[in-house]
This record gives sequence, C-alpha cells and structure tokens, in this order.
Amino acid sequence: MKQGSARYDVCIIGAGVCGANIARRLSAYELDVVLVDKEADVSFGVSKANSGIVHGGFHHNKKYLKARLEIQGAMMFDRLRQELDFPFKRCGIVVAALHEDEMRAIEQLYMQGVDNGVIGIEMCSRERILELEPKLNPDVLGGLWVPGGGIVEPYRFVFSLVESAKKNGVQILTDFKAAAAARAGDEWTVRAEDGRVVKARYVVNAAGLYADEVSAVFGAEEFKIKPRKGEYYLLDRLTKARPDRVVFPVPTSVSKGMLVIPTVEGTVLIGPTAEAVGDKADLATTRDQLEKILSSARTMIPAVSEYDVITSFAGLRPTLEEDFYIEMSKAVPDLVQVAGIQSPGLTASPAIGEYVKDLLKKAGLKLREKPDYDPFVGKRPHVKDLSPYEVDELAAADPAYANMVCRCEKVSEAEIVAAVRAGHTTLDGIKYFTRAQMGRCQGGFCTYKIVKIIMRETGLSWDQITKNGGDSRILKDAL
Amino acid sequence: MKELNFDAAVIGGGAAGMAAARELDAAGFSVVIIEREERLGGILGQCIHNGFGLIEFNEELTGPEFAERMQERIEGTGIRTFTGATVMEMDARAEIKTLYCYSASLGVLRLNARAVVLAMGCRERNRGNIRIPGDRPAGVYTAGLAQRLVNIEGLVPGKNAVIIGSGDIGLIMARRMSWVGCKVHAVVEILPYPSGLTRNIVQCLNDFGIPLYLSHLTTRIIGRERVEGVEITPIENGALMHEKAFVIPCDTVLLSVGLVPENELSKGAGVELNPMTGGPMVDSMLMTNVPGVFACGNVLHVHDLVDYVAEEARRAGANVARWLKGAKPAREARLKSGPNVRYLAPSRVDLDGDNKLYLRTLIVKNGASLEVKVNNRVVKTRKLAHIQPSEMITVELGPKDLESAAGLPDPTVEVAIV
Repeated sequence: MKQGSARYDVCIIGAGVCGANIARRLSAYELDVVLVDKEADVSFGVSKANSGIVHGGFHHNKKYLKARLEIQGAMMFDRLRQELDFPFKRCGIVVAALHEDEMRAIEQLYMQGVDNGVIGIEMCSRERILELEPKLNPDVLGGLWVPGGGIVEPYRFVFSLVESAKKNGVQILTDFKAAAAARAGDEWTVRAEDGRVVKARYVVNAAGLYADEVSAVFGAEEFKIKPRKGEYYLLDRLTKARPDRVVFPVPTSVSKGMLVIPTVEGTVLIGPTAEAVGDKADLATTRDQLEKILSSARTMIPAVSEYDVITSFAGLRPTLEEDFYIEMSKAVPDLVQVAGIQSPGLTASPAIGEYVKDLLKKAGLKLREKPDYDPFVGKRPHVKDLSPYEVDELAAADPAYANMVCRCEKVSEAEIVAAVRAGHTTLDGIKYFTRAQMGRCQGGFCTYKIVKIIMRETGLSWDQITKNGGDSRILKDAL
Repeated sequence: MKELNFDAAVIGGGAAGMAAARELDAAGFSVVIIEREERLGGILGQCIHNGFGLIEFNEELTGPEFAERMQERIEGTGIRTFTGATVMEMDARAEIKTLYCYSASLGVLRLNARAVVLAMGCRERNRGNIRIPGDRPAGVYTAGLAQRLVNIEGLVPGKNAVIIGSGDIGLIMARRMSWVGCKVHAVVEILPYPSGLTRNIVQCLNDFGIPLYLSHLTTRIIGRERVEGVEITPIENGALMHEKAFVIPCDTVLLSVGLVPENELSKGAGVELNPMTGGPMVDSMLMTNVPGVFACGNVLHVHDLVDYVAEEARRAGANVARWLKGAKPAREARLKSGPNVRYLAPSRVDLDGDNKLYLRTLIVKNGASLEVKVNNRVVKTRKLAHIQPSEMITVELGPKDLESAAGLPDPTVEVAIV
C-alpha cells in the first residue's frame, strides 16, 4: 500500500455508493486505488439519506442509460449480499392505484416493465393487490406487482463495499476535500484543502452533489448539479402501519412519489418529498413538507400514525439532466465523470462499478486479475438477530456481546467496539454502522455510553467527539 | 446457559422495583431484581437535586439519597440482585415465566419465575416524537441525557442553551446548566401553562431570571454542524403567528417534552397497553391482562414524584404476594374516565377492598370538584382547590363507597372532574 504523495493507478473522488462500488470492483485487479471523501466517514453524503430501494426496472424507458444500469444493477444484489453481508431483501414492490386514471398509468408502467424484461411483473386487481399487501387502503382499485423489487440499508451497503475494497488493498482517505488538480505528463496531482496530495494516473469524479465543483477543479466539463430535497419520516418498528412490500403511488412526471417502505431492519420509512433547493448543504426538514408526507402515506396505508414517528430527516438528490452522466471527460484526459446519479442510482450502482471499470479499460487502464482477490467480508454478529443461546455462546468468548449499549435497537458493546475499530469514530458513523441511536429513544439512553467507548477505544478526548466530523462537536466543556 | 428459579422476578431496580421486591421478600417469597445499569436506583442516581422523599421518608432528600434509603431497606434481605443485566426477552405465556437477561459478567442468564413485576420506568420523548423541523446539527439532546452528562460524566453539553418544554427535568436542568456556566436563554412551552411543578418554576426559572415563553412553539432548529439557534413562533387562539416568529441564538437545545412508559418488552410478551398512559391496563391488583405479570411505577403511568412511585410499588408487591398465595378479588368493577379526566390507573377497582387510584385531569381549574359515580349515580364527591394536568390527583375508594355497585351485574365506576 502506498503512503503520502505516492502515485496511484486510480483515484476515486467520493465515497458514496458509486465511488464505493467502483473502488470495490477495481480492487479485484492488480491496481493501486485510493478512494477519497471530503467527509469524516464514508457514505455521509447522498448515500446516507435516501429510500434504500432496489427498484423494479419499470419506472424508466430503456433508451436511458439509467434504466439499463438499473436493470443490470438490480440483478447483481443477490450475489453482492452473499459476499458482503449487508441488509437486503427482495420483498417486492406494489404500485397502488386509487383512481381510474391511475389504473391507466399502471398499464403504461406494466408495458414499460415488460419491455425492459422485468421478471414476474403483474397487473393486479383490487383483490390481488390487497392479498399481496393487506395494509393498503381498502379503496385501492388495483395496481402493479413487481416481485423482484427490494429494500437495502444504503449506508450499510456502502460500508460493506468499502470494507471489501479495503481488504483488497484500496486505501481510504476521509476529510479529504479535493481543492486543486494539476496535470503533469500522464499523471493527475490532486491536492486536498488540508494540503495532502494524491497522485494518480486516472481520476473518477463520483462526488455526488459536488461533482460539478470537482469537475471545475479539474478544468473539465462545466455543468451544474441541482440538489432536489427529499424529506422522510421514520416510524417505530412496533407501528401497525408496517407493510410487507414497498408501496409506491403512481409516479408523477418529476418523481416516483412518496413511498411507504418496510426497511430491512424492521422500521418503516415514509417519503420522500421532492423539492428543488439552491443549497447543497440544506438538509433541513420543513413543517409543510412533513405534513405532506403523512397525508400522502395515509392515503395509501391508513394505519400510518404520527404517534409512531421516531425521527425525520432529509436527503438531497444530485440531479443533472434526465439521464445519468457517466463517460470519459472530453475536456481533459483520464478523468471519468460519474454525475447526476439520482434515482435509481443506488439500484444501478453495482452496474455503474462495472461500467466505469470498462470505461477505464477502454481508456488504457491495464486490468490484471488479482490471484488473491477475496470478494467476501467476514460476517459480523448482531445481537438483535441472535437467540439468547447464540448470544450466550458469543459472550463466553467476548463478554461485551452480552453488555447491551442500545436497548431500542439491541446493540451490544462488542458491536460498537467493532464499528470504532473499523474506523467509524463519529456518533453518526457508529449509528449507521451499528444502528445504535437509531431507534425510538434516538440516543437518549446510549449517547453517553457510546461517547465513552469512542474515547476509550481511540484515545480521543471529550472535545474531539463529533456527531459527523467538522465542527459538529457533542460537548462544550468538562467539569 | 445459567438458569435460576424464583417466585417473583422484578424487572428494573429503581424506586419501584426495590419497593415491590421488598414486599415480596417480607411475605416470604424468593425474589430477584434485574437492573440494566451498574447500580440500583434507576434514574434517581443522576437527579442530584433535592425534593425527593417528603412523603416516603418525611424529609427532603436528593435523588441519590432517596435511592440509598431504598437500598438500605432491602439490605440484609434475601433479595437477589443482578446489575448491569438487561432483560432482552420475556416469555410469559406459561404459568412459569421465563426472562432472558444479558450481562457482561454472566453472559445470558435464564430466570424462571411464577410472577413478574414490570418496573422498567419511562423514557424521554425526543425531537422526532414532537416533529421539530429544521437542520439536524449536533447539540440537540434530551434533558435527561444532558443531566447524565453533567451530573455523572462531568461533561457539559453546551454554553448557550434553550430548553424546549417546561417538564420538570427541563426546569431542573435550566438551573443545573446555569450552575455549570451555561447561559439558559429561554424555556419554551407550547401550552398556555407550565408542564412542571410550580415549585420548580419558582426555584429553577424565576430565581435565575430565565424567561418562560408560554404558548410558543419551536418551529425550526438552525445550524449545520452545531446548533446556532432556534426559531420560536407564538401561538394565538390555536394558530401559529408566523409573522411574529423570532430566533434565539444558542448552541444547545435541551428537550423536556414528556415521558413515555417503556413497554416494548411488555408488548412483546402480549401485555395490553392503555393508549392514554402508554402503560399496561391493570386490574385492581395492578396485574396486566397476562396472568402473573404486574406493573408499577413509571412503566405503568408517569408519576410526578418518586414518593408516589414507591407507594404504588409497595402495593403492587403486596398484591403479587397475595396472588402467589392464591388470592384474587371476588368482585371488580370497570373504571371509566369521565369528563375532564385524562386517565385513571388502575383500570379496575376491587369492590370489597381499599383502592387507591391515580388520575390526571385534562383541565386547569380553581375550585373544582371530583365526583365518583356508580352506574351514573354519584357516590362520592371531593373539593379540589386547584387542578392542572401536570399534578397527579389521588382518590381512595373503599367498600363503603362502592357498596351500591355490589348488586349490579356489570357495574361501572366513573370518575369525573366538574
């Protein structure tokens, strides 16, 4: 592994789901790869706050690259899950029609899905759709059923990809904000805001919301990423409104609409809204939009109750044009642009990894398979998923498995320690990695315990503990 | 896996758990307390202010002192205690109930008991529960978390705070934060009256010159990385006055917006809850719908004072002992919340015994009257000088009060505030 200002074959900017998939795919070859991100941890941008859907392949016409990558990517998840052990389930997708006009739209989606080769897609009568999803509004007229659609925990997917990439030699640099780039000979020199330097033969711009700014840093194409905000509510796992399937409304021209999503981990997510905003750091939720979510979700599943809400949050979609923009830069050499990856970007991301690998190969990158490439990451035990007998066995070797830190999501001290040792040293990083603080008390009981574990494991002092890096310090003083 | 058998298992070693266990031990039953923290006392350990024990011990104590007194009462008894142990699963379907407790020192422990007392207490409502929109920076904490950080860990979460909600923990923390060098700029309450006890408004806000904004809603939290301010909007006649909204700059928001009984374990075991309290529905013996599973303290309903918790838990413990000996009430009547009553606990009364009921009202009123009716006929009235939702009301009902219900087929006892 290379250090400091050494030269890499490929530098990937942006450790979201695209960058992570690209890095992991390239880690199968004899290459020196570095994955950099401006945030304190990976998956802290667009990839942490989205619907977590593996889409069904019926929303977009296959003339678009995004539709083709969506279909290909969706089919890659089963194998990835076997190799990487992240939460993923093909629970199926229903699209519910509540008016006659919507039934006609459903028919269009059905035909598009058939044309795209979606397996098992089905038009449903009222009776059939209520059989598939009994929690639906009894006024439903019918709809669409796509059994291959699924749900995934997006940040856990990224963490697993990054762990696998790291295991196969990829270097990860966080808090690395690409501020300047220079070309000399056949090599890019990327300088971070804090002065660190990375040299690489090829660069991949997978910077999500900031892909336009990174492109400018390289003197490449001019374009503008327009953030579109999506707000969500998260409901407690004990809600009566939890459906068995992902429930979609009939889509509008700008978005797939507000969904009711049974997350893999047992909670329920409702949203997102779709609102153009001017500021890429604007993750604020708003009263008006949140009200819309509740009423829209209730239209589809009447049991949705505001009393079940445990938190709300917002994510930003990095919108550019109608389609994804994934190609070699025409303005500068050896730069791959991976921009405008909005929905269905998460679904498409494994296929984007393949696609970018092929682009780099065409551009001259030599791909020699690593003989010792290991696609598997070790399975980590989660106390939540184990029987008392299994926990007792684990605790015999490491008692920390029986020391419960987060009671709501059933996370043990051993799991927190594993997260810290895997490099997640902020409260949010630990939250996304372990689920501790993600349940109904939202960290009310466990935050201080986690702060103490981070301090013990890393040697950081109280004033270095942050929510998500930067100035997001948790504490202001010590007595 | 280690396995132990007891007559009764008490989940939670706070004031409620200790008081209930002591009664069971005194009646000659084997009893175990399972406590998830490293020491007994529950939340009392971080409540270092005084005001505890005036009823229970006839003197004013701090939280840790109250806990210590409760602990002294069970010292030298046969009560087994496991601390640092969390009950993760409960199977209460059979006559013998099984609890699986996880603990770092013992691994997983299987405890079998004929009776279980739920005494897990409550948790704080948080930002998500009350749906405050805005940014999601560091610096937003529940008041209880801030209390833990300051009083036990010696860490101060902020230098300039706004407290949302005028619950007692928030008021206590307004004073506590002031003492550790944090400027508390305001306490913001959505209702037209404070949620906490009057004595706390006086001692924690007025004495420190901290303004209390009644009928104001927090409409936005501002700040990208760390809190930079909160937007507050006045409410007039039930409507938000957006044009009168203002921002208070601060680096910390503490939430004191209510407590919820922690009943996820109970729900998992089939215990039916009362949507008004968030606690189990219990009969006159404080037994839930699951035979042999009882509840007391803040897991049953949120109390104002730990003294009331201890009192209720003592009765629960005595009832469990009676139940273990085979006793149960011969005749019970259903209790109904009448006009202006938010809830009543328990949900049933024993027609032949002495009953103590706790209730909360929905209204603020001076010179109110409490009425007890049996099938719509008033059997008892009591004058109440002042009532408000934040102050719990107790009612005692004996066999004489309820004798008219005796001959009726399905009597209902209604409590009303007029």
